[in-house]
Amino acid sequence: MTSYRLASAGSVNRGQPLTFTFDGKSYKGFEGDSLASALLANDQMLMGRSFKYHRPRGPVTAGSSEPNALMTIGSGARAEPNVRATVAELYDGLAAVSQNRWPSLAFDVGAVNGLLSPMLGAGFYYKTFMWPAALWEKLYEPVIRRAAGLGKLAMQADPDRYEKSWAHCDLLVIGSGPAGLMAALAAGRAGARVILADEGFRLGGSLLSESASVGGVSAADFASAMIEELEALPNVTLMPRATVFGWYDDMVFGAVERVQKHVGTPSPDLPMERLWRIAARRAILATGSEERPLVFGGNDKPGVMTASAMRTYANRYGVAAGGKVAIFTNGGSGYRTAADLVAAGVDVTAIIDARVQSADAVPGGVRVIRNGGVVGTKGRKRLEALIAERSGFQEQITCDALAMAGGWSPIVHLMCQRGAKPVWSDEAQAFLAPDVGSAFIAVGSAAGADTISTCLKEGATKAMMLARDLGFAAYEMNIPEVEGEYDPAFAPVWYVPGARDKAFVDFQNDVAVSDLGLAQREGFRHIEHTKRYTTAGMATDQGKLGNVATIGIVAGMRGVSPAEIGTTTFRPFYTPVSFGALAGTSRGEHAAPVRTSPLHDWAKKNGATFVEAGVWHRSAWFSREGEKGWRDSVDREVQNVRRNAGLCDVSTLGKIEIFGKGAAEFLNRIYCNNFLKLPVGKARYGLMLREDGMIFDDGTTSRFSEHHYVMTTTTAYAAEVMAHLEFASQTFWPDLDVRFVSVSDQWAQMSLAGPRARTIMSRVVEDDISDAAFPYLAAKTVTLRGGLKARLFRISFSGELAYELAVPAGYGEAVADAIMEAGRDEGICAYGVEALNVLRIEKGFITHSEIDGRTTPDDLGLGRMMALQKPDFIGKRMSTRFGLTAADRLQLVGLRPLEKLEEFSAGAHLLKEDATPSMANDQGWVSSTCHSPTLGHTIGLAMLRSGRERYGETIVVWDGLHGREVLAQVCPPVFVDPENRKLQG
Amino acid sequence: MASLITCPHCGTRPKEEFSIRGTALTRPHPAASEEDWHRYVYLRDNPKGRYQEYWHHAAGCRRWLVVDRDNVTHDVFSVTDAAPARGASE
Repeated sequence: MTSYRLASAGSVNRGQPLTFTFDGKSYKGFEGDSLASALLANDQMLMGRSFKYHRPRGPVTAGSSEPNALMTIGSGARAEPNVRATVAELYDGLAAVSQNRWPSLAFDVGAVNGLLSPMLGAGFYYKTFMWPAALWEKLYEPVIRRAAGLGKLAMQADPDRYEKSWAHCDLLVIGSGPAGLMAALAAGRAGARVILADEGFRLGGSLLSESASVGGVSAADFASAMIEELEALPNVTLMPRATVFGWYDDMVFGAVERVQKHVGTPSPDLPMERLWRIAARRAILATGSEERPLVFGGNDKPGVMTASAMRTYANRYGVAAGGKVAIFTNGGSGYRTAADLVAAGVDVTAIIDARVQSADAVPGGVRVIRNGGVVGTKGRKRLEALIAERSGFQEQITCDALAMAGGWSPIVHLMCQRGAKPVWSDEAQAFLAPDVGSAFIAVGSAAGADTISTCLKEGATKAMMLARDLGFAAYEMNIPEVEGEYDPAFAPVWYVPGARDKAFVDFQNDVAVSDLGLAQREGFRHIEHTKRYTTAGMATDQGKLGNVATIGIVAGMRGVSPAEIGTTTFRPFYTPVSFGALAGTSRGEHAAPVRTSPLHDWAKKNGATFVEAGVWHRSAWFSREGEKGWRDSVDREVQNVRRNAGLCDVSTLGKIEIFGKGAAEFLNRIYCNNFLKLPVGKARYGLMLREDGMIFDDGTTSRFSEHHYVMTTTTAYAAEVMAHLEFASQTFWPDLDVRFVSVSDQWAQMSLAGPRARTIMSRVVEDDISDAAFPYLAAKTVTLRGGLKARLFRISFSGELAYELAVPAGYGEAVADAIMEAGRDEGICAYGVEALNVLRIEKGFITHSEIDGRTTPDDLGLGRMMALQKPDFIGKRMSTRFGLTAADRLQLVGLRPLEKLEEFSAGAHLLKEDATPSMANDQGWVSSTCHSPTLGHTIGLAMLRSGRERYGETIVVWDGLHGREVLAQVCPPVFVDPENRKLQG
Repeated sequence: MASLITCPHCGTRPKEEFSIRGTALTRPHPAASEEDWHRYVYLRDNPKGRYQEYWHHAAGCRRWLVVDRDNVTHDVFSVTDAAPARGASE
């Protein structure tokens, strides 16, 4: 194994060696290495296999646009697939494995696809696996998925934490190269709150990779000095390892900060990644530019990489990409790379320049082939030679690495994510950033600047302009002198003809020039179609390297300017963002809040089984020893309530306090029934309608004093009713003096129901609650024995004599305990929402099973509540429409099976006897069912066409889902105590 | 859609604090024609461009607001409290 580590170059910390593994083999690197640079230093050029043809691949870049060097880092639950080795920070103990190869990276059976590649061109899958369709799911897709693809997910829960945060600043600077650093410093010195974010693990951007000297010191040292000053400014926040991935409306930027991705043993006290939303008043795009690969035959051999990547490996990491390096260039970057490599002692065999002539300085002793091109490469797992062609004469040149300098593309993604398209410039031969207004501007090479000195100057000037725009006094800055700059100008070369092997434009998705040609011939000419047909630009790198070449080549094939072809759509995210970061803390049980009642612990100690109802956890039933299932418990609870008494937690009901001189009038307009003359000390059942005349919600409202009401809503609609009241008050009748406050969480509320309820309640309440003093629908503040003030309502949802008692939430459990104790010798039991539901069905009371948005008060037998004499209430006007008063509407009825043992379910449909099941014959449906322990058989509530006229009729309850048909008799929807004797007793 | 909404009572807040009800329509007079009520309850324009909606600052001041915005450019032109914008009741 040859070491490619240079003797002295680079800024890695040679005093801090790190050990890591790749495919199980141990290697050494240094602190400051990327995984890719450390592998290259260890002669490990082969880093991956391509997606489709399984071709051996090495890194093409040294940055986030990397298409090839994708690996799985970490093990077990922390294994993360598709990490770009070029941006992965090396740490001690890092374990990486290669992907998309079997049995090994060096010998991969899937590479047979490469032999079949003439058949596997663009559209191959679409054309080949068309029929028989049945085979697609079972055969084609699984096979294709296994053969193609990237890394595998760890199928274990992510052990790490993630979090989200907001940040606010005057100026967000994206990118910390020469332009970004100067911009941050200019605005920072002016006093603006600055955030400088960079995707790299070390700030400095391209300054870390360039050999020029800035301000008399090396570019990297200059960057360090700048960062030191920025760190000292209290108004500047530096965010390394933070990729700004999206630009959203109102100058909100999304960024992901890799807090602990570079740590061997993550701290449990820190998140793995942090998702930032940065609200910036102004922003500067200083993301630099991407060097384009050149498109020639065999341009994907391991060892072929961009010239700037090769400079980064040499100048930043102190690693030579090869021992014998050739350079293929169309501009100054190639010559600069040659000079840097020669200075580092690397043998540069030849510079092949596509141009006829250039003014670039040639390092001493290096051969230049002008007006030449590379048409082929040799070698398998690593480049061994290239074939250069000049004026029809071909020559083989031995080399183990090849730098490609194909020109520059400004990195403008973020500016194009909100609809603006980049603009083609013939002069720059590149797509430039669009004008997106004065709040977000591009500087430096992201804006097309070509030299370090221009970047420094532009960064400073434009940041000062923005700072002044925000009212900060920004003073002119000295622009440091740059020595040893080069001119990166280039002449475009989209494609080198005469290729013997495939010439790739998209390395990750294996899209070659021939595929682009096929797409044009087959009519997929629009660039978006070309993209989807060939998959160019659709891989995890989203075409960062290849898209511009794709456009240039398609333009060439069609004989038009790239401007005419245009770009595909830019969308967030700039680089992949983990689901963990996007989810933040919202995962598992934290994905939604859990609401528990103040009586939750009371229910728990009484043996409750809980059911999730929305975000609420409600007590469903209370099992006792010997009970075999939930039905046993529910039946017992129901019977005990009907015979003795039961206590049920109804704290989840929405509770709204209503105050104001206009409260009575307001409630009168909110409910369809009369509320204006509700006496103080009384509760009333009310129905709220929607404007279309359908019932919205129901509940009771009680008047506690002249201008004070307490409203209850259903559990499910508590929030909606509150918003509805606020909407009506604020937009319909802002002149009515009324205010609301939701107190759903402030009160524990319990229902005590059953013939013994009064006896038990009077043991707890000091006030006289005899029927005379506290009749049905009474409501008032009472004093409990012991002195606690509570609200007592004589309302019932079971049909029994019942009270609802509300106490401040913190007293709930104690009061519930006291009631249970007081009722012990009366046979009290706790009952849950299942029994509550049975009790209400037996009594024919409605819930949202019946109030389903399609029912009017009359449909549910509550037509008499409608106070149409009122001048206005919500829903009044539309309630009188013909369709809502027609006689053949579905009406609420009861159902009982003809055969006592037969059961039916909610959701079943109703048919006349002997009618075939069809929509035309549909007579309605079953809304609620239960086993009634009181009656000893199934009962149901149903919506039946003209139902109230059909009591006594036998009807078919048709349940297609369960394949069940039951004959039932239509009856009034009240099965227990239709005269309300118990209720009012 | 806008990322930030400037509530006239609470200042600039993330849009997640708000819920949207839809077009800011004026409720017809109770005695208005069936046609007017039909239009109010059922018919909605689906404009491309500028329009006014009711937004509720549900996780803030609980006020209903009228947000005047452009659903193409996502510009927000104004955010006002809904109460003064509407007339007094009859």
